[in-house]
Amino acid sequence: MNVFLMYRAKDFDMKQPLPSNQYELIQDLELDTLLNVMARDDKYLFDTARQVLLSSLQDVDEIRYRQDVLKDCLNFPSVIREIYNIPIESITSKHRHWLGIFTRYPSGILSGAIEMLDMFVELLKKLKRIADENIAQFESEGFKRFFAMIQRELTDEYFLEVETHLKRLRFKRGTLISVELGMGNEGTNYLLRKPNHEDLNWFQRAFTKTSPVYSFTLHPRDDHGARALGELRDKGIRLVANALGQSADHIDNFLNTLRQELAFYIGCLNLQEELEKYGEPVCIPDVFPANERKHSFVGLYDISLALTMKRKVIGNVINADEKDLVVITGANQGGKSTFLRSIGVAQLMTQCGMFAPAKSFSANIARGVFTHYKREEDSTMQSGKFDEELSRMSEIVDTITPDSLILFNESFAATNEREGSGIASQIVRALLEKRIKVFYVTHLYQLARGFYEKNEGAAIFLRAERQRSFKLVEGEPLQTSFGADLYEKIFR
Amino acid sequence: MTFHSILSEKNIQKETAEQPVFFTDLNLDQVINEIAGRRKDYNLSPFFYTPLRDAETIDYRHEVMRDMENKTLAAHINAFSEKMILVRRYLAMPEKLTFIYHKKGWFLEAALIYCEAVAELSRNLESVDLKSRGFLSLREYATHYTQSRKFTALQAEAQKVKADLSAVRYCVILVDGGFKVKRYEDEAEYSAEVEKTFEKFKQGAVHDYLVNVNQGTGMNHIEAKILEFVALLYPEPFAALDKFCNGHENFLDETIRAFDREIQFYAAYLEHVAAIKHDGLAFCYPQVSDSKNVYARETFDIALAFNLRYEKIPIVTNDFELRDSERIIVVTGPNQGGKTTFARTFGQAHYLASLGCPVPGKEARLFLFDEIFTHFEKSEDIHNLRGKLEDDLARIYDIFGRATTRSMLIFNEVFSSTTIQDAIFLSEEIMQRALDLDLPCVWVTFIDELASFSEKTVSMVSTVQPDNPAMRTFKIIRKPADGLAYALSIAEKRRLTYAQIKERIQS
Repeated sequence: MNVFLMYRAKDFDMKQPLPSNQYELIQDLELDTLLNVMARDDKYLFDTARQVLLSSLQDVDEIRYRQDVLKDCLNFPSVIREIYNIPIESITSKHRHWLGIFTRYPSGILSGAIEMLDMFVELLKKLKRIADENIAQFESEGFKRFFAMIQRELTDEYFLEVETHLKRLRFKRGTLISVELGMGNEGTNYLLRKPNHEDLNWFQRAFTKTSPVYSFTLHPRDDHGARALGELRDKGIRLVANALGQSADHIDNFLNTLRQELAFYIGCLNLQEELEKYGEPVCIPDVFPANERKHSFVGLYDISLALTMKRKVIGNVINADEKDLVVITGANQGGKSTFLRSIGVAQLMTQCGMFAPAKSFSANIARGVFTHYKREEDSTMQSGKFDEELSRMSEIVDTITPDSLILFNESFAATNEREGSGIASQIVRALLEKRIKVFYVTHLYQLARGFYEKNEGAAIFLRAERQRSFKLVEGEPLQTSFGADLYEKIFR
Repeated sequence: MTFHSILSEKNIQKETAEQPVFFTDLNLDQVINEIAGRRKDYNLSPFFYTPLRDAETIDYRHEVMRDMENKTLAAHINAFSEKMILVRRYLAMPEKLTFIYHKKGWFLEAALIYCEAVAELSRNLESVDLKSRGFLSLREYATHYTQSRKFTALQAEAQKVKADLSAVRYCVILVDGGFKVKRYEDEAEYSAEVEKTFEKFKQGAVHDYLVNVNQGTGMNHIEAKILEFVALLYPEPFAALDKFCNGHENFLDETIRAFDREIQFYAAYLEHVAAIKHDGLAFCYPQVSDSKNVYARETFDIALAFNLRYEKIPIVTNDFELRDSERIIVVTGPNQGGKTTFARTFGQAHYLASLGCPVPGKEARLFLFDEIFTHFEKSEDIHNLRGKLEDDLARIYDIFGRATTRSMLIFNEVFSSTTIQDAIFLSEEIMQRALDLDLPCVWVTFIDELASFSEKTVSMVSTVQPDNPAMRTFKIIRKPADGLAYALSIAEKRRLTYAQIKERIQS
């Protein structure tokens, strides 16, 4: 039985290696703000959301599969939370009743497994009920398959079969074991057997049979003998104890997987509910293959900013379809960094199957998302700031591939404008020729101007407005960044 | 050709229980303890404490040893030995056990595996190309024995009894405070059914709860009681077992039993050789004769080589030779230069050769001695000067009381605890006695004069690296004793030669 709510035909892998620049992404895009809201102080939800968000999907179809499941979740949040509660209940019961297998003896393994399975049966019955009630109204392929599987596998007859086993394995009427003579006439090949005539009282039946039966009763104080009987029983039930112990573990794993695969959607629900409070919209993005150039949106906002400010923030409307270079210039504190961050976050959210923070959003798949942000001065003084920037750039170049997305924020400005522009321009040109989509926020006028003049249509130039509307508009790069304005504002 | 023993063709040598006195001086105690220690159960040490006195038996052993170097044969022998270990273990068990059918059960197992071991050995010997007199006659013996009525009857009956017992299947019903035993009546196996029910949840690896219930030998009174009931349920196979045990009380063949132990002498030695053979270290089959013109090429200290087998330090090999009338190798040179090791190497090679074993080295001709006498000085014993010197002399006197012209002497730094004049005087006296006996001898000394004492002495010197006299090479080479040259090179290094001092001291 497979959950398969994250992928069509495989489990989500919490151990899948994350991109080597995961820490840069988390820092530069302020992902922790987003993840904390998804997690609501639940570390498990946090870790899952983090893993999912950073493990970008590369296939349109895979993304749509998750988007469909997510739509069902957004439509029936209480059902989803009820299902999610089933594995949680299992964990709570295990803790409260000390359920589990804590021994190396078959009899202990067996009784531990029986207790666990008793509890699991109840939980699986609950899951079955939810599936029966909801299969009709869910629309996604993922949930339809999941519910259908539950209905198919967990029938009433099946539950009866399991309960019969669990009852029989308590051996109320004794344990029947077949034995052969091994080396030195010592018993070997101990196998648990099912009595031949269970409907009758076989224990009595054994007496009535014509074949002889020899019986032995222990002296009440024969502790050694009682222990020996116990060991004999352990030899007989070791296979079934293993089978049952492993079955309990498998069901436990099934419930864990269910928890794992739903945790991401629970995180999405948590996030959506929070955004709804501030009146921020979300949308299911339109996704395009990696070789296309799509980037257009209405009302794209910086989700981290909204969650931090706890209010609605300004969104942007841009159509950058068929563009591979977006250069953002303009006023300080004019919303350039915010915009750049919203691009990065929306890309990651889109590629993990989440909704996007916008009224509408469409983008092509990026093979990788990279950020190159200006950093604080290197405290170790081992390398100059410009050198440090180049060294980080070199690391990116080690791993970046065509059809990736890279976000530059004030990069290569730690030298004079001419040198900085020159180097940055060489870097960007090379990246573009490698079919890498570049978003570049810069004060480097020569750099922006250079691309503007050479633009043959594949670049778009945005400007933060002097009026500080925090909205970006299309427009040619301007020579000043309005620093004087700020200076004026603060010093006068 | 009748098979006598794999260790000698005719006369079985009396085993020596005591370790020879020179063992510790030559570090042979370490070597033999290591070799014999790995196969303690066979009590191999006496074989290694008993040197041979005739070249013919040494040849006999060389042949067997060469056959044993054949990996296939060695593997066959090993398989046989492992089975014989089980035979002995199973045979010893009834003494420790209480319940009659349990005892008899293990007796049967012993017989079964014994038959298997011998039959397999005989079969395997047929398929191997054997050259030694020892193995060829063993093969003949094994063939006859396995075809004998005694053996075939034993094997057939054991197998039949075992098959009938193995076919017994019974059921135990465990209830609180007791159990019942009955025949097995086709009750269905249950574990698999349970497993099948839960199969649909199977995914990925989970913990293995399959407990390995200890299947050690032993039977408690509950199991014994069950076995008693089983014997009542199925009387025929147990009656057959009774009959088997009564009819084959001493089934083990004495010659096979002796072979099983004696062949370990070869296997253990070769195993030890294999552990040492690295970095191009070689072993060879020496010519062993009455000739005192002995030599060995690229030989080494077998104890040292074993101790350093995991180290990166290469083992230094050395040559020795006594030509024509030469009898005494006098070893001089810097301390820690390998002189003692060289003396041991000489003694070890001769002793190992006398066992019929291959010896360290590429090529060797060695002397068949009647006795080895050693005298090794222990430097930490100098505290009682007079007492010690007296004691030394007493021991040497005793040696010369027993040594013959066919003995060997190995002296290491004798008289180092007296004045140099005394030492020279005493040494020359003793050396003259050794020369009079005309026996081969190695004499490690700090007294250079001894190196040229007679035309029968050979001078060998431990050497240092020419450019760095502080570095020993551990090479002992044939050349005149040159203590002065050595001192000179050290002085040069310290810039303290006559010329250097003249130059350094400005006038």
